This record gives sequence, C-alpha cells and structure tokens, in this order.
Amino acid sequence: MNSKDHKAEVAHLIRSKSNKFNTGDKFFKALVFGASVYALFMVVLVFYALSEGSIPIFLKEGVNFITGTDWNSVEGRESFGALPYIIGTLISSSIAMAIAVPISIGIAIFVNEMVSGKIGTVLSFIVELLAAVPSIIYGLWALFVFRFWIRDYVELPLHNTFGDNLYIFARTPFGLDVFTAGIVLAIMIIPIISAVSREVIKAVPHSQKEAAYALGATRWEMVKTAILPYGKSGLLGASFLGLGRAIGETILVTMIIGNAVGLSAIPTSLFSPSQTLSSIIANEFNEASGDFHLSALIGLGLVLFMMTLFINVISIFIVSKVTKSNSNLRE
Amino acid sequence: MDKDNKNNNRDNTNHKSVVQEYVVKNSRKRKIVNNLITVLLFSFVVIAIIPLVSILVDVFRNGTAAFSLDFLILPPGAMGASDGGIGPAIQGTLMIIGFATMIGAPVGVLVGVYLSEYSSSSRRFAYFLRLFNDVMTGIPSVVIGIVGYITIVLTLGSFSIIAGAFVLSVIMIPIVARVSEETLKLIPNSLREAAYALGISKWKVVWHIVVKGSKSGIITGIVLAISRIAGETAPLIMTILGTSLFFSGFNSPVDALPLRIWRLASQPYPSAHEQGWGAALLLILIILSLSIVLRMISQKRGFR
Repeated sequence: MNSKDHKAEVAHLIRSKSNKFNTGDKFFKALVFGASVYALFMVVLVFYALSEGSIPIFLKEGVNFITGTDWNSVEGRESFGALPYIIGTLISSSIAMAIAVPISIGIAIFVNEMVSGKIGTVLSFIVELLAAVPSIIYGLWALFVFRFWIRDYVELPLHNTFGDNLYIFARTPFGLDVFTAGIVLAIMIIPIISAVSREVIKAVPHSQKEAAYALGATRWEMVKTAILPYGKSGLLGASFLGLGRAIGETILVTMIIGNAVGLSAIPTSLFSPSQTLSSIIANEFNEASGDFHLSALIGLGLVLFMMTLFINVISIFIVSKVTKSNSNLRE
Repeated sequence: MDKDNKNNNRDNTNHKSVVQEYVVKNSRKRKIVNNLITVLLFSFVVIAIIPLVSILVDVFRNGTAAFSLDFLILPPGAMGASDGGIGPAIQGTLMIIGFATMIGAPVGVLVGVYLSEYSSSSRRFAYFLRLFNDVMTGIPSVVIGIVGYITIVLTLGSFSIIAGAFVLSVIMIPIVARVSEETLKLIPNSLREAAYALGISKWKVVWHIVVKGSKSGIITGIVLAISRIAGETAPLIMTILGTSLFFSGFNSPVDALPLRIWRLASQPYPSAHEQGWGAALLLILIILSLSIVLRMISQKRGFR
C-alpha cells in the first residue's frame, strides 16, 4: 500500500518534470522556428516592397520602362527608361569580369599549387584583406588617387595612339568613366572570386594531381590537365558570384562612373561616362520628387534585384553541385 | 627475312633517337613554359596586392593630417570651413551597429540553430531556408535600402536610426546564420547523445551544450557580419539620410561614418576631402581591427 503510494508519487513527479521539459522544449522550438520564419519573411518582404513600389511606373511606362532611353523627372514631362543604365551595368561589370576572372583564378592556382602551404596562406590572407576594405574607401581612393593614374598612364596613351582609328578609345579621357569603374570593380571582386576558387581547387582530389605528375607533367601541365578540367564548373560558379557582386555594387561606382543621365549614359567608347542601375538609385533617391520619379527608381531596384537573383541562383546551384560531388568522391 | 629484321631494327633505333631528341627538346620547352606561367601567376598576386598597399598608404598618409581630438568629437562645421569634425558620424555608426546587432545577431544565431538542430523533421523547409539565405546574401545592399525606405521610413514618416538598423540587420542575418550553422554542426554527435542519455531535455542540450560549446565560432560569425555592415553606405542613404547633428531621437535623421565620407568627398573643398580621408582612416582602423580579432578567434578555434 505504502510502496504503491510512493510509486504513484514518483510517477507523478516524473510526469510533472517531463511536462516542464516539454514546455521548455516547445518554447525553444517555437523561438527557433519563429526566427527562421522571420528570415524567410525578409525575402518575401524585399520582393513585395519592390513590386508594390514599382507598380505606378510600370502602369505609366509599360514595356517602355525597360526599353526606353529617356530619363526626365521634370513634372509634366516625365519620362523614364531604364535601358541606358542596364547597358551601363552590363558593360562596367563585363570589363570587371574580363580583368578579374583570369587574375583571381591565377592567384588561386598560385597560392594553392605553386608555393608551399605557409607562403600560400600568407599571400591569400593579404589578398583577402582586400575583401575587408569597405567599398566607400575604394571609392575615395579611386576618386582622388587611382583615376589620375589610370588617366595618365593607361587612358591617355591608348587614346593618343589608337584614338583616331578605334572608336572605343575615341573620347578624350578624364578618368571618370566606365573603364575606370570596371577596373576598380575588378580590384574589388578579385578577393571574392579567388577565395571561392581556392576552395574549388582544394576540392580537386589528390589522386587526379598525382596521376598527372606520374605521367611526367610539369606543374603547369598538371594544373592544365587535372585541376582546370576538374574544377571548371566550380570556377564558373565562383566567377558568377563575383559578377553578382559587381552588378550590385553601388557607392564605388557612383563615385567614379561619371554619372551621365538618359541617352548619354549609353557609353559610346571605353572612356565615356556612364551610369549603372545602382548608381542612379544612389544619386537620385533623396532628390526624387513626384510619385513617378521615386517609383521609377524603385523599378530600377526591381530590375537590379531580378538580375542579381538570376545570377546568384545560377552560381549557388553550380557551386553546391560541385562541392557535393567532390565531397562524395573524397569519401 | 634476316635482312628485313635488321633493317627494321635500324629503323627502330633511328626512330628512338628522334623521339629522344624530341623529348629532350620538348621538355626544355615545357620547362620554360612552366616557369613563364609561374612568373605570370606570381605577377597576378602582385597586381592584386598593389591596390591594397596603395589604399592603406594613401588613407594613412592623408588621414592622419585630419586627426585631432576636435575632429573626433565635434559636429561638422560650415560647408567649406576646415573646422568641425565627425562626432555625430562616429556616434551614429556605433549606435546603428549596436541596434542592428541586437536584432541581427540573435535572429541569425537562432536560424543557425534551427538549420543545424531542428531541420531534420522538415527537410523541405530547411532547404528553402538555406536557399533563401544564400539568395539574401547576394541581394545588393542598395536594394535592401530601398525596401527599408518603403517599409520603415514611409510608415514612420521620417528617416531614422530604426530604419538604418533594420536594413543593416537584414544584411547581417544570413551571414550570422550561415556561420552559426556550420560551427554548430562541428559539435560531435556523441556529445549530444551523452547529454540525452542523462535525461536532459532537448532545448537544454541544444543551448547549454551545442550552442555554448561553439561560442567562439558564433562570435566569429557575428564579428564578420559587423565588419561587413560597418562599411555599408548605399542602404544608409535612403534610411538614415545623414545630418550634421548629434542623435536627437528615434524619429529624426542620424549620421554614419561611411555616409559622411561620401558627402565629404562630393564637396568641392580640399578641406572637406582632407576630413573625408580622416574619416576613412577611422573606418578602416575599426574594420581592420575587427578582422584581426576575427583571425585570432578563428585561429584559437583551429588549435582546439
């Protein structure tokens, strides 16, 4: 009788304790789940806010908003076309990619394969410090220092020798143009591309490299026949990641691209001033007057969002596929 | 027949010597190519390092001239005047980073906890959460700034520190979440199982053993995110606007270092440019010291 009582008491105690466990568990799980829903909600919020904010301009301009080249915010004569800025964005980031991709992949190969581990780590640490420098400081440096270098030692000589014959060098350079912007963007995305490329190259199985060496390959031949084919898609993903960053970069481009507006923002030569989607948003957002001007800038934001979304989703899928298949192989 | 064989042999030796010659000559060529490419790749490294050196040298050389106590504590002077400082910008940057971290760090860590500890029951949700996090990391900050303007500034009716902190926290969450998830996953399962065997409830296992056990990794993620948002300029243009006054309430514009640098650089006065370099020096010191702290934390982790 007594022991039965005791048993019941213990059972009760355990149940109540475990109930307490349960409430704690439930509360914590709800907290963690709530945070995750909040994070997901942010993406939805971005999409919703941009779409809602750009409805007026799409109603007013229709397809003309994407294909038009006029940009006039004077009330009564308002006309907004995004095409020059889309072109400016594509050209400046193409220049950046053309410079940054070979250099970053070269750096990744050099620090991973050509020098001993310690020197490689130090070198890549220094290169990756560049990623820590905020873009406003790149902008300041480019505006007051770098643009004079590039004008005097690259642009003017090119203009003087080829300017008469090749139209891409035709315009008298001032240093504030799509060419300078592309180069500084390249400097900015080099550490990003090379960091991801290093991971990709690290993931190439040793057996591949050793097989190439066993066949008598020199170091470069090993890189060419074992690493590059194996890491091809990973390196492509790394480059796309850099492209996404170059397209979205704002303040640095705003400071050095020359900020042309409307039709004149379509660069006719490498040395023409231009404007990107992000830079015109930064330049005009605080001075936007009237509903349409603000809505047009938000619409540019939507176009920019779609472009980077597309590029990033591609790169995420490429990189995750590569690292997954590589880790399977290593196992 | 015999003759034929002999002939064949001679041919063979001839052929061999040709191949040998070819190999020797070619291997010299291959070695030269190899060395040339090594030099080329090394020059790439140098090309990448030159801008870093130039940026650091220029910021330090031009920035130290502006540095003084007045510069650090006074509000900006009149346009074009060489007096005044960046006091409000420093105050604003510290406050915005503080508020953004108060939202971004806990949410980010909890998302990381969810992905690492609770996601096994609903894989599809976890997959989308991870994908959306990655997408979020790639969205340009200026776009997130526009969203902050539409949702917070238009709702509250004024530029404010709340909008700025919200926008920076949105940038921060995916970074913290990703690093947290990865460090939490490093805690060996045996530790979790040992704790469960003692009858400890799940949330206590997660909180006291898994999260506290990977404290340094989580701090690394938070510091990384802070050093990233400290230099953000574009999203602040449309959320805090910038002002030359000290903080005066939650419904008025505030200033921040990156924004102040931008405004100073856009003015046509040399004195403003000098102050811009000074502010840049301060910003770069903050961010570089953060990334050195980061290295130290992560190195300590590596030895454990």
